[in-house]
Amino acid sequence: MSILVGRDTRLMVQGITGREGAFHAGQMQAYGTNIVCGVTPGKGGLRALDGSVSVFDTCVDAVRETGANTTVIYVPASGAPDAVLEAVGAGIKTVFCITEHIPILDMLKVVAEVDRVGARLIGPNCPGATSPGRAKVGIIPGSIHREGRVGLVSRSGTLTYEVVQAMTDAGIGQSTCVGIGGDPIAGSTFIDILAMFKDDPETEGIVLIGEIGGGAEEAAAAWRAEHLPNVPMVAFIAGRTAPPGRRMGHAGAIISGSGGTAESKIAALEEAGIRVADSPTDIPRLLTEAGIRPS
Amino acid sequence: MKLQEHHSKTLLRRAGLPVPPWSVASTPAEARAEAEAYLREGAERVVIKAQVLAGGRGKAGGVKLAATPEEAEAVAGAILGMDIKGITVRRVMVTPGADIVRELYLAAVLDRTAKRIRLMGSAEGGMDIEELAETRPGAIHSLFAHPHLGLLDHQARELAFALDLGQHLPSAVAIAKGIFRAMVDNDADLVEVNPLAVVRTTAADGTVTETLQALDAKVTIDDSALHRHPDLEGMRDLDEEDPVDVEARAQGLSFIRLDGTIGCMVNGAGLAMATMDLVKRAGGQPANFLDIGGGARADRVAAALRLILSDPSVRTVLVNIFGGIARGDEVARGLVEARAEQERNVPMVVRIVGTNAELAAGILAQAGEGIETASSLDDAVARAVRIAGSVATAGAA
Repeated sequence: MSILVGRDTRLMVQGITGREGAFHAGQMQAYGTNIVCGVTPGKGGLRALDGSVSVFDTCVDAVRETGANTTVIYVPASGAPDAVLEAVGAGIKTVFCITEHIPILDMLKVVAEVDRVGARLIGPNCPGATSPGRAKVGIIPGSIHREGRVGLVSRSGTLTYEVVQAMTDAGIGQSTCVGIGGDPIAGSTFIDILAMFKDDPETEGIVLIGEIGGGAEEAAAAWRAEHLPNVPMVAFIAGRTAPPGRRMGHAGAIISGSGGTAESKIAALEEAGIRVADSPTDIPRLLTEAGIRPS
Repeated sequence: MKLQEHHSKTLLRRAGLPVPPWSVASTPAEARAEAEAYLREGAERVVIKAQVLAGGRGKAGGVKLAATPEEAEAVAGAILGMDIKGITVRRVMVTPGADIVRELYLAAVLDRTAKRIRLMGSAEGGMDIEELAETRPGAIHSLFAHPHLGLLDHQARELAFALDLGQHLPSAVAIAKGIFRAMVDNDADLVEVNPLAVVRTTAADGTVTETLQALDAKVTIDDSALHRHPDLEGMRDLDEEDPVDVEARAQGLSFIRLDGTIGCMVNGAGLAMATMDLVKRAGGQPANFLDIGGGARADRVAAALRLILSDPSVRTVLVNIFGGIARGDEVARGLVEARAEQERNVPMVVRIVGTNAELAAGILAQAGEGIETASSLDDAVARAVRIAGSVATAGAA
């Protein structure tokens, strides 16, 4: 088992003929992900990925013809909100939106509609998810992973790669690694993903990578204390040295007034029994001390 | 992007809110002329307010009353040029003084947890809302606008009654809906009116009326939506921005200057923050936050290096790249090229892993002196901190 993506993933790629979409579709396919179709309006009838994948004009056509059950979006910000809605309108229940710089108020409307139809959106502004050895969806480099039993959820991209690499180097494999994105309004929260890990029998430990801004880490800590008290869990929070009132690259990474500081998040996590690493490279040691064995 | 008070008030007025008249002056003489006009029209006093993007203007002495044109000139003279939280005051607002009966707070904010726009009101305006939220959360009334239907009339009425504005119901409802509309129409992530005031006016015949007025305003715009509001881009206050910030934005770089000695160049915001944190933990001081972004090419890397080296206190540059979308060889080539162009050079510690890391290592190996390579993050940070420390010692001697 794994969460969100796995052997039964039948992936649609929206924006498959664009520069980013084409490159990452190739990477995902090379990793073993089952890409069943692509969508680019006006390019229907073409074939992508060396002729192995059909391109459709609309999501409805693509889903009807190929039975796609998951989509990943590499469409520019101006078209990405509509791309999400087109996918869920066609019946897709799992949507990964990689695109960054989508206006916040657009996302408010999109997220409400995605929730209403009961679909799951990951992102936007996220690196996607990988279930090592099974499938990867998004832009996370496949080479850093190792199959195993620790789930990882993160608001970051490259920081996630750093942590995953450190875990893999230490022999600690992953069940699924999920990047939920750095925007203030995202389809999925830490808690949504923790709830999935809770129900995944193959996930024995969890790593949470947070950063300054908002209160999602504090909420996740409280949820963990109630629902996952016996699952070994380790965290890292980026931004201890971030100055207040400045947006640290991610739209959501900002300390506003007294809220959203690294100190507040670290205190909440530790109170919930989660050990917080001082360095991303220290996470494997803390996992080992929490009882996780190399896989 | 934060807007100055006078720009914020412009947006509120466009949304139909009652805002007292105002003018903006950049010299004491201009302030005097504006004050004279308001006083002639019947105002008993004028308020002179520093226009800076910082909170606590009143406490810092940036908001003063004046009863005569001469006094307005003197007060404006004192406020213009004043330093408020590191920002020099270049402009003041001149506005008629109000006879305030009651002060309230009303705002539209982005609620990240609820994933909704939240309308927040309190009958206790004029004070710090965060402090109020902490000490007496019960004094704040909140409601959520529907993501598709918006703020409904009955919601606005509920808020008005909760704030004891029953006597001003039509106006209070219009104001709540106007604040919401200002948020949506301008892609704002905050629209705050503090205080919203019940103001008493006495007509020539002695009739006294009380009306609601927005006396102060704070609006911030979602940067990701600015491209569809070219008029708002024109409200950006370049005077208040560090030229380095202006340059970074032009280059598409996410850059924030800090006061340390170790320049940091990283791909990805989370990793950039984590790298700064590790520098601090190892005893060094980061000179900046810098995310060079995903598909960083050589020219972007060069621009990033120029920004970092424009700070004379930088003693070493720490480069930390985890290649994914970013290709290590592109970054390495950009670094070597940019370094050759710089007038001032400092030792660099470079760690590039991930996509095309081997090619990057080859390029860096040929680059000659002044570039150290490191394979692990911890090693790279330790070296950078050591270099910054030894340069500091040499400088002191």
